[in-house]
Amino acid sequence: MTALAARADHRSPEEAARRRRVRLTLGALALLCVLFVVAYLLYDVRGSWAYAMDLRGRQVGSLVVVGVAAGASSLVFQTVAGSRILTPGVMGFDALYLLVQTSIVFVFGSTTFMMLGTGERFLVNAGVLTLFGIVLFRWLFRSSSHNLLVLVLVGVVLGSLFASLTSFASRLLDPNEFLTLQDVMFASFSTVALDLLVVTAVVTVVALVALVPLLRYLDVVDLGRDNAVALGVRYHRVVTLTLAVVTVLVATSTALVGPMLFLGLIVANLARQLLPTHRHTDLVLGSCLVGVLCTVAGQFVVGHLMDQGTTLSVVVNLVGGIYFILLLMRTVRL
Amino acid sequence: MISVQGLTHRYDRTVVLDEVGLTIPVGRLTSIIGPNGAGKSTLLSVVSRLLRPERGQVVVGGLDVATAADDVIARTLAVLRQDNRIAARLSVVDLVRFGRFPYSKGRLRQEDHDKVEEAIAYLELEEYRDRYLDQLSGGQRQRAYIAMVLAQDTDYVLLDEPLNNLDMKHSAAMMTMLRRAVDDLGKTIVLVLHDINFASSFSDHIVAMRDGRVLHQGTPQDIMERQVLREVFDMDIHIQDLHGMRLGIFWTPGAPVGPAPVMSPTSLTT
Repeated sequence: MTALAARADHRSPEEAARRRRVRLTLGALALLCVLFVVAYLLYDVRGSWAYAMDLRGRQVGSLVVVGVAAGASSLVFQTVAGSRILTPGVMGFDALYLLVQTSIVFVFGSTTFMMLGTGERFLVNAGVLTLFGIVLFRWLFRSSSHNLLVLVLVGVVLGSLFASLTSFASRLLDPNEFLTLQDVMFASFSTVALDLLVVTAVVTVVALVALVPLLRYLDVVDLGRDNAVALGVRYHRVVTLTLAVVTVLVATSTALVGPMLFLGLIVANLARQLLPTHRHTDLVLGSCLVGVLCTVAGQFVVGHLMDQGTTLSVVVNLVGGIYFILLLMRTVRL
Repeated sequence: MISVQGLTHRYDRTVVLDEVGLTIPVGRLTSIIGPNGAGKSTLLSVVSRLLRPERGQVVVGGLDVATAADDVIARTLAVLRQDNRIAARLSVVDLVRFGRFPYSKGRLRQEDHDKVEEAIAYLELEEYRDRYLDQLSGGQRQRAYIAMVLAQDTDYVLLDEPLNNLDMKHSAAMMTMLRRAVDDLGKTIVLVLHDINFASSFSDHIVAMRDGRVLHQGTPQDIMERQVLREVFDMDIHIQDLHGMRLGIFWTPGAPVGPAPVMSPTSLTT
């Protein structure tokens, strides 16, 4: 009797099968991640092994951090925003990061800025971004409540506003200051500084640890604000804490590879499609793994196979942009 | 008992609740009726602390909803709003398990699982237990939501238009089920209803609202009066007694229609 079996361990065979499928998918994703990381490190090494491993290790390390940060932040942001189309990238978060960085150089001058180490510089940026980010997004979610298209539009407008302000501020800078800023802003990931990598990795881990206790509340937040409040969740608190974690994660990924508008969007939606579950422990883990897979495999193809013919962010934005338009069209029709 | 005092709320400048004072009896089924924009849903939202009013106090079962801890209220009072569009991939049983969140914080114990299965059985959803919500009909989905609310196992249950999306058969079944929950389980249930005849046939107590005020309240006998309904709905409704139930005949073209509605300055359009 299926009914009796369900009573005994609270799970019907169908539920158990779904659970198994989630586990298997997560396992397969993890395996693929490891495979691609190893392949990235070992593919066609010529010359000094020590040099290759050092360089590639740093590259793959930053790709993993970016993948994890983008995956986790986008997935929980979707939940908090109550929409599968809104991700930090779409809402102009990473553009804000660049603006914050430029403003700091603009106000304090590049000498002060460069006197800080890479790590400290990042922490200052991330701190300011988190502050602004929370204020901005609290205001945004409150004022134009739940009209998806308005939010998307606001995000796009804000994104280009931040980008224009950034270029405006950098135009006002002394050419020398501008050069140093450009070095910092577009830290090409092929030459990632070790200290920046270490700081961002540590910050990402801390942010993820902070996210863990929020996950089961996010399961409920996914039911919408009213249902979450009705079930006794301190909605405002959970949303604010989650947004804080999101801003920190966006800061880490932007600091390492610059803005990748649609990476999070692809990754989070792919994870949701692959995993037939509503539980955020599984979803966030899956999203991190898909993120790592996208960045590492993507860079493997772009860097090794296509011989740097293009850059990862171009590919991600091309694929992601198309995907975004498809998602938007599907949602609007509904 | 639910007691409401001096409740006032505005959206922008429009007054939606105007000094509402009200007592809802315990262990009874109470229906709130009234025209669109009367403030019914707003009242329900405020009572269930989904909306913070400008002024006024709400006490449910001895708890002041503005100050009591969120999870304590969630174990006393359950509420379901009208529009529930959930994007998450949930099966019926997943959804119903959320009803236990105020108790388990997501880690269900034996007792929680029992309540979940009980609620599913109570709404006759066993067959659909493992279906995803988007694979259900509107009526089945509505029952799944109600099952979640019942699994929350609260003394007070507030439902905003629970008959929305339900056909006649399922509407009648839903009302019968809610009636049973009051009679068998001793729950206090408050509904916002549009159909005065469902309100009349199944409720113990009816609250009639208009323009953000409670105009009348009382038993179905008291409220289902031509005079009262004219005041509330601006319609001349013929009342018919049928086996002790009072029904309002408002849908026949033969029933005389009252004078054109006079819009008072505070009346609302939505």
